[in-house]
Amino acid sequence: MHPAIQMTGRSRNTSFLVEQSRSGLAELAVWTILLLAMFLAPGRHQLLSEIAIVALFVLSLDLIMGYAGIVSLGQAAFFGVGAYSAGLVAIYVTSDPVIGLLVSAAAAGLVGFATSFLVLRGSDLTRLMVTIGVTSLLGEIANKATGITGGADGLQGISIGPLLGLIPFDLYGTTAYGYSLAILFLGIVLARRIVGSSFGLSLRAIRDNQLRASAVGIPVNARLVAIYTISSVYAGVAGALMAQTTQFVSLDVFDFHRSADALLMLVIGGTGYLYGGIIGAGVFKLIQSVLSDATPQYWHFWLGLLLVVLVQVGRTRVIRSIANLLGLGPRQISPQANDAKMSQPR
Amino acid sequence: MLTILFDGVAYGMLLFVLACGLAVTLGLMNFVNLAHGAFAMTGGYVTTVLLNDWHVPFLMALPIAFLATAMLGLLLERTLYVRLYTCGHLDQVLFSIGIVFMSVAAVTYFMGSQQQSFQLPAFLQGRFELELLSVGRYRALVVAMGVAILIILQVILMKTSFGSRLRAAVDDRRVARGLGISVGPIFSLTFAIGSGLAGLGGALGVEIVGLDPNFPLKFMIYFLIVVTVGGTSGLIGPFLASLLLGIADVAGKYYLPDTGSFAIYTLMIVVLLMRPQGLLSKAQ
Repeated sequence: MHPAIQMTGRSRNTSFLVEQSRSGLAELAVWTILLLAMFLAPGRHQLLSEIAIVALFVLSLDLIMGYAGIVSLGQAAFFGVGAYSAGLVAIYVTSDPVIGLLVSAAAAGLVGFATSFLVLRGSDLTRLMVTIGVTSLLGEIANKATGITGGADGLQGISIGPLLGLIPFDLYGTTAYGYSLAILFLGIVLARRIVGSSFGLSLRAIRDNQLRASAVGIPVNARLVAIYTISSVYAGVAGALMAQTTQFVSLDVFDFHRSADALLMLVIGGTGYLYGGIIGAGVFKLIQSVLSDATPQYWHFWLGLLLVVLVQVGRTRVIRSIANLLGLGPRQISPQANDAKMSQPR
Repeated sequence: MLTILFDGVAYGMLLFVLACGLAVTLGLMNFVNLAHGAFAMTGGYVTTVLLNDWHVPFLMALPIAFLATAMLGLLLERTLYVRLYTCGHLDQVLFSIGIVFMSVAAVTYFMGSQQQSFQLPAFLQGRFELELLSVGRYRALVVAMGVAILIILQVILMKTSFGSRLRAAVDDRRVARGLGISVGPIFSLTFAIGSGLAGLGGALGVEIVGLDPNFPLKFMIYFLIVVTVGGTSGLIGPFLASLLLGIADVAGKYYLPDTGSFAIYTLMIVVLLMRPQGLLSKAQ
């Protein structure tokens, strides 16, 4: 448990909150790198835009897993809902990207709210299965509703108007990267406000010990529903960005691989400090491009080996030592409390 | 009608043989092993190689597949899995997904990505034509083996001293250790048997569900459904869940081809909502 939670006295509590929401040097460095990439890697904007979108998607998973302790292998459900909503809005309503984004966020949030009641009960395993099941169901619906979604052919004919009525999307993905990066920035700023608030602290209390959290008067179920809905909005926005920047949506938005990869990226980047998504997505895509260049057919083998080694050596140890090296520091990386809760003493 | 029911039962039995090892490791030992399908795939490939390249008789190849997979399971358990019993579920999920990725790529590398098949011996081909239903001989064998395995496992688990020591070790390994039960070897042996049964299931399944390097990913969800829906308190629950799943899947594909997999996922979610601990377990 974080020592500050045990502190009494108003001033020390609030100073803890202020400290939580202050931006560090490392954060500044991350954003500088991401911005500089805009100019230093002109030929790579497509890839960079993809990384920014995936980072937002992983962030959505971090919100429920890193902060609220809900393990999910079905985050792709909301990604898919967001992507299809954005595509449909662009085809039938308006080509304005921002309106499409807002509609998709609302749609994904609605689905997230409706399904959040399914993850309140049961063990980790039940949650994994239910989230996988919900994703597969939505995927089946998209597959069968060919009249609306285009089925296995995908949703074609999406055209997106210029951003804010001014900046048109180009072939090289430059606008796409700027757009995705801006949304990712907004997402992170908002997420910081959320997890640094008393609401966010109550989530961490629930993650660390659900029984004690309810004993001190935290409405556990309401808080979990709220964060699950927020997280699904994030995932939906990521899906919408994907649909708008690639101007195509296919059934693979609901793929199991997408949820599993997000989980891997989050673990590579580290849970519970918001930047795990960006770091994980960057490292993952980098590894993917290097390995798939070297052995296009078998790169999953090396990815698997990496995972096995990571777990065997001790993932918290690896990630924490790298994070310390980068100066992100132990202050922001919370201990893997949800693991501690589930494991037995050695 | 009855034929479809029987095919569903046979498919369910196959799922049970495939998943009963997981019911033990995940259900009893509480280890989330998503790589269970990798062991099943190993059994399948061992059998195809034995039959096609070495011309071993089919009935002899099955026990070899069982033993080979069990040895592989034992090896991996001793070297890698054993460190993860005390870790959180997330670590176990990641580790076993890693194993799945590695096995898929390795099998593609060595065996190619095409579907594997082999020729069944003559006495297993063809069907018995009864009055109301026609029974494939091979499927009858699968059903018989499924029932036999259920009975054997249930007897081992409930009536032998090994079974009671295993149940003790599962319930509280510290106390069990304190009573002089050697928990490590028991878990190793259990894991090896579970993997071996998966290998046997993989070998039996080549003829019914096919075999290619993506097998572990394709069937992971089915195994997990069997174990979560069946509950984690014994073998009868997973057995019923496999039958239910097998019949629902075959009948769904036959009668409602448009909504086949739909039914399964809805069924799973409903069952998990009503009984989060599984079909047979008592509500907590």
